[in-house]
Amino acid sequence: MFWTNVQRVVRAGFVNFWRSGFVSLSSVVVMVTTLLVIGSLLFVGTLLSSTLSQIESKVDINVYFNIDADEGSILVLKQNLENLPEVSQIEYVDRDEALAKFKERHKDDITTLQALEEIGDNPLGGYLNITARQTSQYEGIVSFLDSEVPTDEEGNSIIQNINYNQNRVAIDRLTQIIESAERFGIAVTVLFVVMSVMITFNTIRLAIFVSKEEISIMRLVGASNMYIRGPFVVVGMMYGLASGIIAILIFYPVTYWLGPITQNFFTGINIFHYYLNNFGSIFLVLVGSGVLLGAISSYLAVRRYLKV
Amino acid sequence: MIYFDNVTKVYGDNSIGIEGVTFTVAPKDFVSIVGHSGAGKTTLLKMILAEDKPTSGSVFFESQDVHALDRSRIHDFRRRIGTIFQDFRLLPNKTAYENIAFAMEAAGRTDEEIEADVPHVLDLVDLGDKIWNFPHELSGGERQRVAIARAIVNQPDIIIADEPTGNLDPINTFEVVQILKKINDIGTTVLLTTHNKGVIDSLGRRVITMDRGRIIRDDEQGKYIL
Repeated sequence: MFWTNVQRVVRAGFVNFWRSGFVSLSSVVVMVTTLLVIGSLLFVGTLLSSTLSQIESKVDINVYFNIDADEGSILVLKQNLENLPEVSQIEYVDRDEALAKFKERHKDDITTLQALEEIGDNPLGGYLNITARQTSQYEGIVSFLDSEVPTDEEGNSIIQNINYNQNRVAIDRLTQIIESAERFGIAVTVLFVVMSVMITFNTIRLAIFVSKEEISIMRLVGASNMYIRGPFVVVGMMYGLASGIIAILIFYPVTYWLGPITQNFFTGINIFHYYLNNFGSIFLVLVGSGVLLGAISSYLAVRRYLKV
Repeated sequence: MIYFDNVTKVYGDNSIGIEGVTFTVAPKDFVSIVGHSGAGKTTLLKMILAEDKPTSGSVFFESQDVHALDRSRIHDFRRRIGTIFQDFRLLPNKTAYENIAFAMEAAGRTDEEIEADVPHVLDLVDLGDKIWNFPHELSGGERQRVAIARAIVNQPDIIIADEPTGNLDPINTFEVVQILKKINDIGTTVLLTTHNKGVIDSLGRRVITMDRGRIIRDDEQGKYIL
């Protein structure tokens, strides 16, 4: 009997969805709008976090060593730094490589190159190029370096300079901007999601209010709460399913159009490619949240009319 | 079958719905309740249907205090009662067939039973040709006959009819009364409220007269006296 009842509830839900044409249509339209907002937030969030992480990856610090620093000590330090969870990437550039890079960088600057020739010997020490996972973590890495200073045989530090100190203001400012942007993104997302959920909930509540009399009749003929509520929940889920599919179809041409624009504007991310590559996840998020939203809204909206 | 034990209902605004009402309805009775608007007829029916709770006193349905029923058992209890209303109260998005089938589904009847009984009961109320019509495609009299078919399809212990002829012309009123009499003749208890003097006088059955929430007359084979 349970499965018979489930079949009847599902069938009644489908029939009600089609027969309440205008109410269903208006509910789906509102829900599509809601899911478009949620979907847009998903895309904007992706663009924002991808852009921020690209900016973050461009920030690094260099630890310059004395010319006579022992390479073995430098490599030990490198190993220790690699073990830090904050460190995302670390590269050791030895003296010769540092000179080659310097020459390459100044290949058009004849004066500098002549000055270098006159010195004769390589005046540059090796250095470590360190990239942290987040810009806010550089301070911690520098503190580590200050506490674990490698020394030569005479007990002098082999580190000549850490360029974090020169760039500190810029890095801190960038960290602040990134954190603010992330916080703003989360706040806007929460705000829009809450607004969308409330709008959907009220729309479904209104749709069910129209059926208030119908619910009282069902109660009077002795229908159980599950039997009354079931078809409304099914209808709510159908609103979500239809809206999710419509929303994801709308995103196809929209992201196709926006793809080249985002590629030029947001450090190479093509939103259309993101849409295609993550179609399954986006489908699940939109249809899933639509179905869930429809079901929960209907469940709660019917509840108030079921009180005996 | 039904026993009202000194039942009083006072609403939030201190207006009295019914006051000190005591009466009994025996199985197979046909009882009409008459009275002016606001006399307490509908309040009384709502008490039986457990739609409204008394302020004091008790309503018994076959020894069971209706208002002591657990909420989960109220549905089962209501399935034992067939209800008919002045405004028909049919589900607007369902056909005549589906309206009746819904009451059967709610009572846990099988698909086979539904397929067999619904056309049969619609034939009984002479609507065999309107089986797939929606309520808005039916006349007032036809809608009321669908409501009657829905009320009787689960073979309830009692039919409660609240002003069932209030929106009907004399011909449809006569037909509805005849159907109710037939239902009673086959052993179903009928409790009817009405303003229609002609209906009461033609029935010649028990009449309870109410005024301002109180029972002022209770006559076997009564007349409409107000």
